[in-house]
Amino acid sequence: MSDSTDRMIATAESLVTRALEKGADTAEVLLVTSRELTAKIRLGKPELVQQASSRALGLRVIREQCSAVCHTADLSPAALDDFAAQAVAAARLSEPDPDAGGPDPTDLAAPADRPDLDIHDPNISSLDADRALAMAVAGEQAARDHDPRITNSEGATCSIAEGQRVLVTSGGFTGGYRGTYVSLVVEPVADDADGKKRNGHWWDGRRHLARLASPEAIGAKAARRTVEQLGARKLDTCQVPVIFSPEAGAQVISTLFGVISGDAAYRRSTYLLEREHTPIASPLVTVVDNPLLPGGPGSRPFDGDGLASRMNVAVDRGTFTGFLCDTYAGRRLGRPSTASAGRGISGPPGVSSSNFYLLGGNFTPEALLADTDQALYVSRLMGFGFNPVTGDFSKGAEGFWINKGERAFPVSEVTISANLDDLLQSIDAVANDLDHRTSTASPTFRVSKMTVAGG
Amino acid sequence: MSDPCTRVPAFGPGGVSEVSPQQCDHLLTEALGRGGDYADLFFEHSRSSSFSFEDGRVKNVGRGVSLGMGARVVDGEATGYAYAQDLESGPMGEAARTAGSIAAGGGATRPVPVTEVSCPSFYPVETPTLMTPDADRLALIRRADEAARAYDPAVKKVQVSLGEGLRQVLVATSDGRWVTDEQPLFRFFVRVVAEKGDKRQSGSSGGGGRQGLAYFDGQRPEEIGREAARVALAMMDAQEAPAGKMTVVLGPGDSGILLHEAVGHGLEADFNRKGTSNYSGRVGEVVASNLCTVVDDATQPGARGSINVDDEGLRGRRTVLIEKGILKGYMHDRLSARLMGTETTGNGRREDFTVTPYPRMTNTFLLAGESDPEEIIRSVNRGIYACHFSGGQVNISNGDFVFSLTESYLIEDGKITAPLRGVNLIGNGPDVLTQVSMVGTDFAASDGIWTCGKEGQSVPVGVGTPTIKLAGITVGGTQA
Repeated sequence: MSDSTDRMIATAESLVTRALEKGADTAEVLLVTSRELTAKIRLGKPELVQQASSRALGLRVIREQCSAVCHTADLSPAALDDFAAQAVAAARLSEPDPDAGGPDPTDLAAPADRPDLDIHDPNISSLDADRALAMAVAGEQAARDHDPRITNSEGATCSIAEGQRVLVTSGGFTGGYRGTYVSLVVEPVADDADGKKRNGHWWDGRRHLARLASPEAIGAKAARRTVEQLGARKLDTCQVPVIFSPEAGAQVISTLFGVISGDAAYRRSTYLLEREHTPIASPLVTVVDNPLLPGGPGSRPFDGDGLASRMNVAVDRGTFTGFLCDTYAGRRLGRPSTASAGRGISGPPGVSSSNFYLLGGNFTPEALLADTDQALYVSRLMGFGFNPVTGDFSKGAEGFWINKGERAFPVSEVTISANLDDLLQSIDAVANDLDHRTSTASPTFRVSKMTVAGG
Repeated sequence: MSDPCTRVPAFGPGGVSEVSPQQCDHLLTEALGRGGDYADLFFEHSRSSSFSFEDGRVKNVGRGVSLGMGARVVDGEATGYAYAQDLESGPMGEAARTAGSIAAGGGATRPVPVTEVSCPSFYPVETPTLMTPDADRLALIRRADEAARAYDPAVKKVQVSLGEGLRQVLVATSDGRWVTDEQPLFRFFVRVVAEKGDKRQSGSSGGGGRQGLAYFDGQRPEEIGREAARVALAMMDAQEAPAGKMTVVLGPGDSGILLHEAVGHGLEADFNRKGTSNYSGRVGEVVASNLCTVVDDATQPGARGSINVDDEGLRGRRTVLIEKGILKGYMHDRLSARLMGTETTGNGRREDFTVTPYPRMTNTFLLAGESDPEEIIRSVNRGIYACHFSGGQVNISNGDFVFSLTESYLIEDGKITAPLRGVNLIGNGPDVLTQVSMVGTDFAASDGIWTCGKEGQSVPVGVGTPTIKLAGITVGGTQA
């Protein structure tokens, strides 16, 4: 921890003390600071340079089982005094909830339980706007050089963020950590027939600068993805196997998190009620939530309640091991927390994923494709078509038609539909290309049958 | 947080920041110290309040306040941006100079001294809802909860939320404008889970806008509660939806999401300036059936998407985008208008002071036509009628858009019949409006629940449409 972390902890501790003095039974403070730099270029020239530092804090108070959460950016001592008083006053408006409140103090993460997760890179602090612009220029140029059919560009953006989070609770938790993140996105555009444009943007994002893919590699891949979509057409409506790319697969896995969350369980908003310890997916499916993944984009040494992070296996070879819970959802369901609390400054803790991913299988993605006679390969999904209560899943898709293990032609403007229950049970191949570029991640996988709606 | 009873403007004498026109002139001069075509300062003070009601009790109360100033300098196509959370001359000057470092140098630009410009009043609210007595708003929440529960014994879970904001802005620009606005907003939302035997379904409904508590006059909380319950019950026995190209009739109001996604985003000028939208360079061409007239209208009284001034200090207005099928123009911010050599349309919006504005929609409407809505449904032999939606998305480049139906029915022999499971529609922007074959007389604007995301920024918007018939659009059901 750095000096600035110590200062943040001191501010948070003083606010906890103030809130208790004003009559709170419980007070919890999350203080976040960040420094951000965004450098965007288009057609080789700077389009946006934005740089700023910010800070904000959220205070949750509970008084006689009544909760309020207030947030502010004004950290002056006089302002914090008023702020604490107003938070306690706001709590009087809510009604007693016997389950509200932090974990049992004996369950809190001890300082020794907070591993170094390799999520902070000091090299990112020294990255300035000129360097970020140069990375973006190199990425875009690589895309334009890669293929003459790249005729235009939405530009390229290099973003850097450094942040610190500090959590102090009256239950006895004090902790903080720093993290960094750098990303580069390149968005080339190609002209297709009928005035359509194609944009196959690609990006990479990492905790460490040295681990970021090179601008040249990102740009070339973006260009490849863009020209690959030229001439895309609809399919006739059919029922076929569907292969999900890692990016599309991550969206499916993300919908799964919504229905295995303890929040959804106590709200009866998941089709998986009463399905714990039963098969909910094919035996090829093992899904974990792992906040301890070194260098992971969603890694956190402790959760939003101050519990020590731990890896949870949510689906074990197809079997649903149980709802992921924060302290509150656990109490509602009569069970312990799985240390799955997320927390922001403007609301109470809630169940949230950390690094949530489908484990990779034995196939290479190439072998998985070669093993497929005919299928729709989905590279992108669109839309909000998922009902957690029923599991109905229906989204827009684009990608490729696969014939005899090869890409036959690009496809767009189709939808794919199935009930998520059927979709997960029908996964018949999982590849080994899992990459933790995003906090929710997936390798390539194949579903034996879905409805594809087209022309 | 300031005292909830005061209503002094946030910026100016007695406000949270006593920033003066002279101070703005000075900051704008610093911002343009290395040159540049344009600079502005965006001061924002936002207060928010939320009530979450669940399991028959007020579960959480939220309150928040944010304050800051964003400084922007535009030099050609390049923008420099920085912001300060401490509205002291030191941090604000640093933000102005940081933003100004985008300019190439070689001589300062002189800003025009700012003078106050008045703005229209499309949402005159005597008392913003978050300044009304808490007990009054909690009573509204309870009424909605009770009405939802009373609707049917199958209703098992009810969540009610009320989110409110009061945003005060001051925009000071290097072309001499000093404009302030106060933007109240609230959103009331009810979500229900109903269960019958082993069947379970959810339903939701909501409303709001830039209005006061008068919005809730009469039985409005009960109506919203009952509507959420009605949708859950109506969809309880939904059957699998068909898959493939079909005739689709969209009900009035929220169906306007179709316009927002299918044509709205594609007509935001940033994409067209860059030639990356499939509407680029098509002004004057036919892009829709001649039954379609589409406007973006920031002037709708009390509507969620209305703005007296945009976030670049320009008046909100009504802009005709498509008239009888012909593309008339795009929605602009200052940057796109200047670079495309045209007039601005007052569509420069941003989520808050930490980010730069982009061309954004306000309230986007398809205007009423001449068909009787009943007649539109009767005209369909086999198709789908859709009336509740969970949202939409568009790929600007190729024009593909989706939107998700949460309440829809089969139409058989001109009659609405079986309810259908949640299903996605997909179409292509420039194509879909040419498929509009009937437009109803029953125009309705959405009630205020929609939020639009672009460039990672969320802004409140409205949509609206009468009943319309699409001759063919792809329905993403499971029944091939």
